[in-house]
Amino acid sequence: MIEIKDLKKSFGDKVVINSVSAVMETGKANLIIGASGSGKTVLMKCLVGLFEPDSGEILYSGHSFTGMEEEERKELRQQIGMLFQGSALFDSQTVEQNVMFPLDMFTRLSYAEKLKKVNEVLDRVNLKDANKKFPAEISGGMKKRVGIARAIVLNPKYLFCDEPNSGLDPQTSLVIDKLIYEVTREFNMTTVINTHDMNSVMEIGDHIVYMHQGEKEWEGNNKQIIYSKSKKLNDFIFASEFLQDVKEMRMREAEGKAPNGKNGSH
Amino acid sequence: MNFFNHFGRYILMIKGMFTKPENWRMYWKELMHQCSDIGIGSLGIVVVVALFIGAVSTLQTAYQLVSNLIPKSTIAQIVRDTVILEFAPTITCIVLAGVVGSKIASELGNMRVSEQIDALEIMGINTKAYLIMPKILASFIMIPLLVIIAGVLGIWGGRLAGTMAGILSPEEFDGGLLSGFLPFNVTFALYKAYTFAFIISSIPAYFGYFVQGGALEIGKASTTAVVASCIMILFADYVLAALLL
Repeated sequence: MIEIKDLKKSFGDKVVINSVSAVMETGKANLIIGASGSGKTVLMKCLVGLFEPDSGEILYSGHSFTGMEEEERKELRQQIGMLFQGSALFDSQTVEQNVMFPLDMFTRLSYAEKLKKVNEVLDRVNLKDANKKFPAEISGGMKKRVGIARAIVLNPKYLFCDEPNSGLDPQTSLVIDKLIYEVTREFNMTTVINTHDMNSVMEIGDHIVYMHQGEKEWEGNNKQIIYSKSKKLNDFIFASEFLQDVKEMRMREAEGKAPNGKNGSH
Repeated sequence: MNFFNHFGRYILMIKGMFTKPENWRMYWKELMHQCSDIGIGSLGIVVVVALFIGAVSTLQTAYQLVSNLIPKSTIAQIVRDTVILEFAPTITCIVLAGVVGSKIASELGNMRVSEQIDALEIMGINTKAYLIMPKILASFIMIPLLVIIAGVLGIWGGRLAGTMAGILSPEEFDGGLLSGFLPFNVTFALYKAYTFAFIISSIPAYFGYFVQGGALEIGKASTTAVVASCIMILFADYVLAALLL
């Protein structure tokens, strides 16, 4: 579990995160959503320690991350995996070497044991026969899967995903969402996903935090989001007529009044 | 950002490199990789530059020494001292500032922009220690070796050009080479090599590590790194000569 308490972060005069508090729950996909510039990336970077917050507290399973010494943070970071927007794979290393890197750095396993573990996680993310390929030789979706494999190879307790669907086609996005959701449940991780992909919100949003201009505007889950009265959230989530139709349809479905032909009811 | 901001951040970067490695074996592997990149990767250009600089020095020295009162072996003495004192360390290192410096700046810049450095940080790796320290250590190991190779090849190139052009015989050149030789000149060249090695590796590492933006900024950082390194090499060259000679 990750607790965020009254977090604030500014760059010069510009307040980017303003008194945000939330609890990211274990075994769930916790989504931070919001428009570009709403502060969600800065919030995530504060959570993983790439930015230092101006005030407030971040607690990992009750331990204050903000108050930790660098050495303590280093130890905690070995329990954190992160999938970056651009995958952040090491260009000069093969898929296998990329995934093996955390094992090389932080374990004393033999090469055979490390290779076994690498093959297990690559298998888990449905990536076979790509071990010897370089990042430049694989597709965007495959890169994301390698990124997930690298992030989970040390069995982390916390998984962070920064816009995991950016640059992917809708079908591959669904595959990546499903994969993240499955590994979250399987390894009982606290997963924090930064996204503005509406499919992700509706499909895997166990817990959703909506950010607007640096503040937490709304919090709930993918069932509750349909009934939200927040105008800002509705304007953001159901921005197009198509999405408004989807919302109305979902509401009717929930009330047992699905339109004819959709589920066979008359 | 003004000069003092850059200087302060540069000093903090250097200070930040001194932590206990997370895994000695991985750091050793990275050091060996950098030694190969910096040393073997630059050997070709160093050989070519050294040979031609030595050859041109012999021809131009002979061109200027027109008096019959000066023995021809003096040409070898002049070539030897200019190659050891200046050409081998300074010219080689200015060339290396271009070759190695731009590579270091662009490699780190690309890693920064594509979030590879952030990925390492989140794993709990001190990126200054893991990415910059091996480059500086590898430069300390390989650049003095390259300077020694450049010195030897420069003098040999001078001997070759002198004899091929009929300016002086090999015996005259060898005689001049051994007369009035000061071993301190070699020590001085190595002082320069170590100083320049630090400049060539740390300044481009600074510009690459802190790059912000995209491909355009990586290119700019690489150019700035090479220019700043060359200026610092020339400045350090003067300071060392003023202090030690």
